[in-house]
Amino acid sequence: MDTVTRRRFLLTSGVVGAGALAAGAGAYSLRDLLDTGGDRDPQSRTLVLVTLYGGNDGLNTVIPYGDPAYRAARPELAYPDGEVRRLDDDFGLNPALAGLHQRWSGGGLAIVRGVGYPKPDRSHFRSMDIWHTAQPDRPGNTGWLGRWLDRAGGDPRLAVSFEPALPPLLAGAVSAGAAVPVTDRKAAKGLPAATLTAFAAAEAGESAARGRAAACFADLRSVDEMIRQVRDSADPDTADPDGEQAPATATGGARTPLDAQLDLVAQCVEAGVSTRVFSVSLGGFDTHADEKQLQAVLLGQLDRALTGFADRMSRTEAGRKVVVAVYSEFGRRVRANASDGTDHGTASDVLLLGAGVRGGWHGAPPSLTDLDDGDLKYTTDFRDVYATLLERVLDTDPGPVLADWRGRVDKLF
Amino acid sequence: MAHLLRRATFGPTADEVDAAERAGPAATLDRLLTRPATDRGAAATPVPTLPPDPYAGLTKDSTREQRQQANAERRKQLQQVTEWWLDRMVAAEDGLTEKLLFFWHGHWATSAQKVKSARLMVGQLETLRRHGRGPLGPLVAAMVRDPALIVWLDGQKNTRKAPNENLARELMELFTLGIGAYSEADVKAGARALTGWVVDRRTGAVRFETKRHDPGEKSILGQSGRFDAEAYAGLLAAQPAAATFVAGRLWFRYAGTATPAPDGLAGADTIATVRALFSAPAFAQTRGTLVKQPVEWLVGALRQLGIRPSALPEQQRRQLLAGLNALDQVPLRPPSVGGWPAGSAWLTTSSLQARLRTAGVLAAATAPAVLARLTAAPTAGRPDALARLLVVDGWGARTRAALTPLAGEPRKLLAAGLVSPEYTVS
Repeated sequence: MDTVTRRRFLLTSGVVGAGALAAGAGAYSLRDLLDTGGDRDPQSRTLVLVTLYGGNDGLNTVIPYGDPAYRAARPELAYPDGEVRRLDDDFGLNPALAGLHQRWSGGGLAIVRGVGYPKPDRSHFRSMDIWHTAQPDRPGNTGWLGRWLDRAGGDPRLAVSFEPALPPLLAGAVSAGAAVPVTDRKAAKGLPAATLTAFAAAEAGESAARGRAAACFADLRSVDEMIRQVRDSADPDTADPDGEQAPATATGGARTPLDAQLDLVAQCVEAGVSTRVFSVSLGGFDTHADEKQLQAVLLGQLDRALTGFADRMSRTEAGRKVVVAVYSEFGRRVRANASDGTDHGTASDVLLLGAGVRGGWHGAPPSLTDLDDGDLKYTTDFRDVYATLLERVLDTDPGPVLADWRGRVDKLF
Repeated sequence: MAHLLRRATFGPTADEVDAAERAGPAATLDRLLTRPATDRGAAATPVPTLPPDPYAGLTKDSTREQRQQANAERRKQLQQVTEWWLDRMVAAEDGLTEKLLFFWHGHWATSAQKVKSARLMVGQLETLRRHGRGPLGPLVAAMVRDPALIVWLDGQKNTRKAPNENLARELMELFTLGIGAYSEADVKAGARALTGWVVDRRTGAVRFETKRHDPGEKSILGQSGRFDAEAYAGLLAAQPAAATFVAGRLWFRYAGTATPAPDGLAGADTIATVRALFSAPAFAQTRGTLVKQPVEWLVGALRQLGIRPSALPEQQRRQLLAGLNALDQVPLRPPSVGGWPAGSAWLTTSSLQARLRTAGVLAAATAPAVLARLTAAPTAGRPDALARLLVVDGWGARTRAALTPLAGEPRKLLAAGLVSPEYTVS
């Protein structure tokens, strides 16, 4: 979308703040909108957050092959030295991560090691809640990027997910990011535009849920408009729920392939949309059994999707303002179980690439022998990573979003 | 009364609300909670009898084509079962039991995506149906030996040599006790108790293999003994935390999160808990706050509009299932062992688009007799006739303003009613 068209769209869309509606506070004026969600500063960066659902086994992603304790703990599951893609004398990448390995050599991949939080929770759902909310003591009902969105004006177009259900991390107290379907590109609404507009109005005394249902009509109009113009080349997905790309496990994740999600992100970025945060995901990492092959398949998908996206992004001015961060809700136990898998563990790695990211190691590697009940002890708090991303990518003071968290990952940018 | 029926069943018709009004609240609750002697709707939609699992015929020497054929056959069977279940939800007269079955399905959240066998999925539904109204003990004891659940959570890979914790953890965290009511040591010991059960993927039967079981002493939740699966299930079900946790989950799905669950809901069996839930003064206050799950939304609409999915042409039937797929809630396919989301997670721009499309399909398929009830009203009265048809207590000014211009186009009016905030949030 060229600038002129987009500017005209912003002037005519009449977007109504979702959060204000949900709170029953009425609509923003057009002027308010332009002041908040308005034209993007061309210098501003974009964050693409990649969530790996199911608990990716960090020790078989960034492999401590130089540590004898690694092979001792998981004889069947460990990769032999010869197969590991060497990063240095102690660590290497999973053989499936060929593209990321190449980026590492060029200084384009940062790995933050041992990222976790105090008193680790081994439940997928609780741990994912903790990562989504950034509230390890007591996960509340707002996500960390949702709280950022609240402060950034609440326009749902600022924080977009290409998943059918909104990931909790994009839910704020008074606003919510936009969930945009990858499939179903035909509008096929059947109802007149005037009806949809009428439904968007707030109703005094209504429950919060009904307010949100009404706000969806307002969000739909604004997001529709933005997306329609950028995704016409996206592959239509099939409606067949059995069209699996990866082996299923019990802990979920987006069904749309990661590369298709990132393809849409790329198109949006190239079109210069106002979105500052994209949330994408890949599921299936809950590999309690026969883990090695399953994980390699998934990491292969991740590698191809990430490197394809990064290559594409490096080719445009807007693309060179994008930062990608990859995380999972926890790693796995150091020791393998008898089904050639690993059970839920704790600290793991966060991978970053893109604009201004300083490649190489960050944070200290957790010991494989000084364990907490069989699990790694974390060395970097995940809020250090979040705070750094808020500050350096989203140009926001992390204090109000992260309960005055002070830690940062030094020299990450 | 309409509030009770909306929550207890998939979606009452105006006639059902009228009958309940005549009977009074106490008699209505009794009738809802008592299984009828006969259920013509259920009798007309019997569980499909499935041929043997296509995988049973495969051997190591089977060709690629044979495997693909078996996979296609399995998908077809699952499709058949999904369509059957949707039809049953619409047809059944005992709406409370059908909705309770769907609750349990979302609670034990087992997905055909990994289980792949229609017979195992049907088998699990039958188990949930058999024990779903009764006490927790027999339900949990049956579920730890349910082949679909065992496959879903890697139970067959859980052996004495090194236990696989997946099933034991989710059993306590998600199915019985809730997070915080057990320790990591309990998970490890629980996994040992569950060792030994394996599923024959060819026949779909479970069997106990003594060699794989860990018969040793275990300490779980402060109790010591040589726990096996049944004893462990019994121990969990007998915890006061289990009854409270399950009552809380029922409240979560039937009453929502806007009002916290009152104390003391847990009864001796699930029906007693459900009775306490619907009788609680706090339940009445939850009106207008619960976001319908997509299946609830669709099945309720099908019932109110007089549409039987099985009577639709194949293309429309597929459109309805595609609608559920786009709304991210396909029966037999929960997204993860944590079950489906709730509340405003269903209220996204993406889901609104899917609802708009599906509402169009529903409006087009509406039975002429039902449509006639709308058109019998004078144009100005049609929004109110629509409210009665969809069992909505009334439209707010916003929705009335949206509906009024459509009064002359009854099918569009219907579609608009189905996507309205008042209908989406009950």
